[in-house]
Amino acid sequence: MQDRSEPAPTGAVLQVDVWRGDASGGELRRYQVPARENQTVLDVVTHIQREIEPDLAYRFACRVGMCGSCAMVVNGRARWTCRTHVKKVAADGVLELRPLANLPVIRDLATDMAPFFDKWARARGTFQPKDAPDGAVPAEFHVVPPSSPKRQAADAGIECIGCGVCYASCDIVAWNPDYLGPAALNRAWTLVNDVRDGARQPRLDAVKGDAGCHACHSTQSCTERCPKGLDPSGAVAGLKRTLFWNVFGWDR
Amino acid sequence: MRLWVIQRVTAMWLAFAVLVHLVTILAAVQGGLSAAEILDRTRGSLGWLGFYAAFALAAGLHGAIGLRAVAAEWLGWRGKRLDAAWVAIGLLTAGFGISAAYGLYAA
Amino acid sequence: MRPDPRPRSHPTYLAFLVHRISGLLLALFLPLHFWALSRAISGEAALEGFLRWADQPLVKASETLLVVLLAAHLAGGLRVLALEFLGWRSSQKTMVAASAGVALASGLLFLFHAG
Repeated sequence: MQDRSEPAPTGAVLQVDVWRGDASGGELRRYQVPARENQTVLDVVTHIQREIEPDLAYRFACRVGMCGSCAMVVNGRARWTCRTHVKKVAADGVLELRPLANLPVIRDLATDMAPFFDKWARARGTFQPKDAPDGAVPAEFHVVPPSSPKRQAADAGIECIGCGVCYASCDIVAWNPDYLGPAALNRAWTLVNDVRDGARQPRLDAVKGDAGCHACHSTQSCTERCPKGLDPSGAVAGLKRTLFWNVFGWDR
Repeated sequence: MRLWVIQRVTAMWLAFAVLVHLVTILAAVQGGLSAAEILDRTRGSLGWLGFYAAFALAAGLHGAIGLRAVAAEWLGWRGKRLDAAWVAIGLLTAGFGISAAYGLYAA
Repeated sequence: MRPDPRPRSHPTYLAFLVHRISGLLLALFLPLHFWALSRAISGEAALEGFLRWADQPLVKASETLLVVLLAAHLAGGLRVLALEFLGWRSSQKTMVAASAGVALASGLLFLFHAG
């Protein structure tokens, strides 16, 4: 580790180890950042890039937990950096920042999200409206009571913004690179429960098997780490359950 | 997916059978084990043979399918031919167990 | 590369690890178990000989371990089945704790009775 920071400012200082490198490898480098009473991890990264190391690569957009682009591994755990207060995670005054796990690194803290979203496509993660003859509106579209069990099951996972925290936290993805992963399967389960969707069976076929929901071993790291409090592990279990009865000819 | 379905169906049966097995063990080891005592229970008992044959079949398959997942994830052993090998190992283990159970039944 | 424990430090990950390790050991033990039983085919004396061999403290201790493993794997399996087939969610942590309890209790029971 080498120290590339400017002289430490007066007052409290935060030690920040940042992974610097690219696809071919890299290392942690230490920076000193003024500690403030209220600062998020994203504030710290931004400080390093603006004041110390202009070529530091990282990604963010909204800064308020809506876009899902600033996720990184903070002190060993995947998190949204914009919604993580330094106080909460760096009790001993040291921050360790790495790019999201289980994804190819582009440079420094920016990962290539393409494999992640490719898997959403493979899991048929796009809504496919049911058809009705002569361009009429399908019956299922008229009223979908929000309190119906199906709609509630769909609503349970619909708030996913695709930040990749669950995907980076999943050991099964690490051990089985073909595995679709919690986010894509959560999306598939959401659509399987959407009564307006017309691709239920092909979607179920797309998510079964060793690269699909049956690879999951319920470590539940995804559910544990989801910043939105969603339950991708429960969604994967739902797909397994549905497919199990499917084998015996029951569609439930 | 077929292997997963077998894994779960055997799991449900094993959940029950293991419970019976554990209770039997706990009851049997009271006051020590002797061959005569074991054979007393098993000899000529069709119900016992049926239960343990089904138990051994499920355990053999369940274990082999479990090992398949561990081997795929921790050793990178994957493929259709290996799948067939795991099923064969499972059935072989089960056959071994069933013949042992038959031995205790016919002894 | 040594696995980093920090991302994996939560109860259900531990439940998975216990389930996997116990399953692995049980699957490797199963053929051994069947082999031991098959010795009964060669008569009561052979089985009796095996049982007396199994009376050694070390063998006894590993038997207790196997009973604990079996109980732990059973309890962990019930957790997975509850998640997958009953859709359990919030009670999952209680389930993990209950699983550990059942495993431990079975092991202790065996130990006390085996004496």
